[in-house]
Amino acid sequence: MSTSSRRRLRPDRIKELSLFGLIALSVVVFGSVVEGYLSGRFFNRVTTSVVVVVILAVAQSLVIVSRNIDLSVGSIVGVSAYLTADFLQSNAGANPVLAVVIAMAVGAALGAFNGAIVAYGGVPAIIVTLGTLALFRTLVSLYSGGANVTADVLPDWVIELNASTLVSAGGFDLRTTFLVAIGVVVVFQWVLARMRWGRRLYAIGSNPDAAAQAGIPARRLILLSYIGTGSLAGLAGFMFMVRVGTISATAGSGLELESVAAAVVGGVSILGGAGTILGAFLGALLIDTLRLSLVRVPQVSEFWRDAVLGILVLLAVIADSLLSRRLSGRVVDVSAVESATSSTATAVKGAADA
Amino acid sequence: MRSWIRSHRWESLLALILIATIVGNTIMAPVYLGVGNIVNLFWLSIEKIIVAVAMAFVIINGEIDLSVASVMGFSAAVLATLHENAVVPFGIAIIIALVVAALAGLIQGLAVTKLGIPSLVVTLAGLIGFRGAARVLLEDGSVGDFPEWFDRLGQRTLVGPLPFGLILFLVLLALGWFVLERTAFGRKVYVTGNNPAVAKYSGINVEWLKLRLLVMSAVVAGVAGILFAARLGSVRGSLAEFYELDIITMVLLGGVSIFGGSGSMLGVALAMFTVLNIRNGMGLANVDGIIQTGVVGTLLIGSALVPNVIQRFRVRFPTVGRYEPDAAEP
Repeated sequence: MSTSSRRRLRPDRIKELSLFGLIALSVVVFGSVVEGYLSGRFFNRVTTSVVVVVILAVAQSLVIVSRNIDLSVGSIVGVSAYLTADFLQSNAGANPVLAVVIAMAVGAALGAFNGAIVAYGGVPAIIVTLGTLALFRTLVSLYSGGANVTADVLPDWVIELNASTLVSAGGFDLRTTFLVAIGVVVVFQWVLARMRWGRRLYAIGSNPDAAAQAGIPARRLILLSYIGTGSLAGLAGFMFMVRVGTISATAGSGLELESVAAAVVGGVSILGGAGTILGAFLGALLIDTLRLSLVRVPQVSEFWRDAVLGILVLLAVIADSLLSRRLSGRVVDVSAVESATSSTATAVKGAADA
Repeated sequence: MRSWIRSHRWESLLALILIATIVGNTIMAPVYLGVGNIVNLFWLSIEKIIVAVAMAFVIINGEIDLSVASVMGFSAAVLATLHENAVVPFGIAIIIALVVAALAGLIQGLAVTKLGIPSLVVTLAGLIGFRGAARVLLEDGSVGDFPEWFDRLGQRTLVGPLPFGLILFLVLLALGWFVLERTAFGRKVYVTGNNPAVAKYSGINVEWLKLRLLVMSAVVAGVAGILFAARLGSVRGSLAEFYELDIITMVLLGGVSIFGGSGSMLGVALAMFTVLNIRNGMGLANVDGIIQTGVVGTLLIGSALVPNVIQRFRVRFPTVGRYEPDAAEP
């Protein structure tokens, strides 16, 4: 077990290194094109804006490694951000910690709803979360009645938290919110790489039949992973509120695809069983660095940004897949991998039906 | 009849929901069954259901195309830009817009088949990139003033009460059913979706098949985008934004397995009709659009969940009702 797991980890390290290289490369390239690019201000901008997506990328990876997905995270962000903001609006004196707890509890409850249906209802994750993507959004729309919670009715500490800095050196600020995101990455990297239930999620994702044969309680673990994803999405909702201030019923829409993009660019296999939290973090960081760097290039008008970003994301994925194949020293027969995974998927479906 | 129901449980369930919806709506609003309302009901979502026919092929084949809504917006934007700058005659502009859509599909198809990147990832990048391309062309403006025949094609009826788009949809649906369920090509789509390795060793050129399907999906999305432009009479960069989730919802509600290999065009058609009737009925009852979305979401989960729960109940208590081993196949 230990030797095989050590062998598994090697391609992951390579993937992380290649992502890190790509981030470094893009910083160097943009740094040589854009004047005054390599500054503390740019670092601060990236580390402030990336927080929500980093937490969501971790949340998404937690379910993707067990060959599931959560397309409802954007709606969970909306629900938790709105409910928390609404709570703070009427209880201005409330403890900040209580607000975080409320946001995460709301997320955990919604995640438990997803997880229960996926794990015990035998419904494919993509169908469940596509449904709750709509359902949760409907709930927050009904609750809000179309009214926004604006930044000026929120307590002052919410606005201050966004700019609060723990360590500062030469214009490079380490924001509190970014450190929280880093903390989330470290904790879940450790959970998935070292803890038993984390390793078991990989086992379920890479071969559900074998996992079942080995006596892994897949249903309970999948429910647990969805509760984890929901709580993190709730935390992301809190961070969203801190960063954006004004919360409408559509808050967080579209974040589901951003989180999947970050995880997948970060090397978390959509087919389950492979990828790391550190990779997902680097994926989120790479996309956000590219997005914000493009803003700094005057030749790229604002209308070009999405188009260029799409191309860069695709190039990053291609470069990454070629690079890791080359570095790992073997050419993977993709069709063989696909067929193996898809036949397992069919087998799983059969097993779930029986 | 009984054996048909047994082998088409999913379709029967959908048909039941559909009939219940229609009966409920008719009792609530007697104008419901009028020709005008029926045509209108299809007309308001015609682009989505056209694209859903192509999406059914892609998902049964074991892939997915998240980029369809962006390709819709992109091809409409290409058409609008060519028209605005009066570079070529309008008819040629339509052809160019369709060729551009095909190229979009080709790029994604090659990335999937030649580079071996999962279609979910490739078309996710496509979703961002092609939407961006549409914004590049139109910036934040809107282009209209299309030739009169084009607007008429999108806004008036062509044969009897039927507008062009609805006729196109019905033809595509019939063609889709025939190709998927009555031709060798259709069988290949199922076999490949079920097990690519088996398909490969049976002599199917899996890559060529997938490439053609992804190009077809993009071309159909291009057609739908142009049709949308004709119906609206103007194009913005955000045309059809976020439609991909509705389209995929309809296909999955139709009983198509997200893992590929199973599903039927009849099921997809019934799912489309059910969603449209529910939305239309709630619209007639003045129910807010966002609640309609929630109801469709609940229906999607419920229709997949309820049969599973019943099945498990039967397995646990075999004496209640009769245990049927084949009942779980959706």
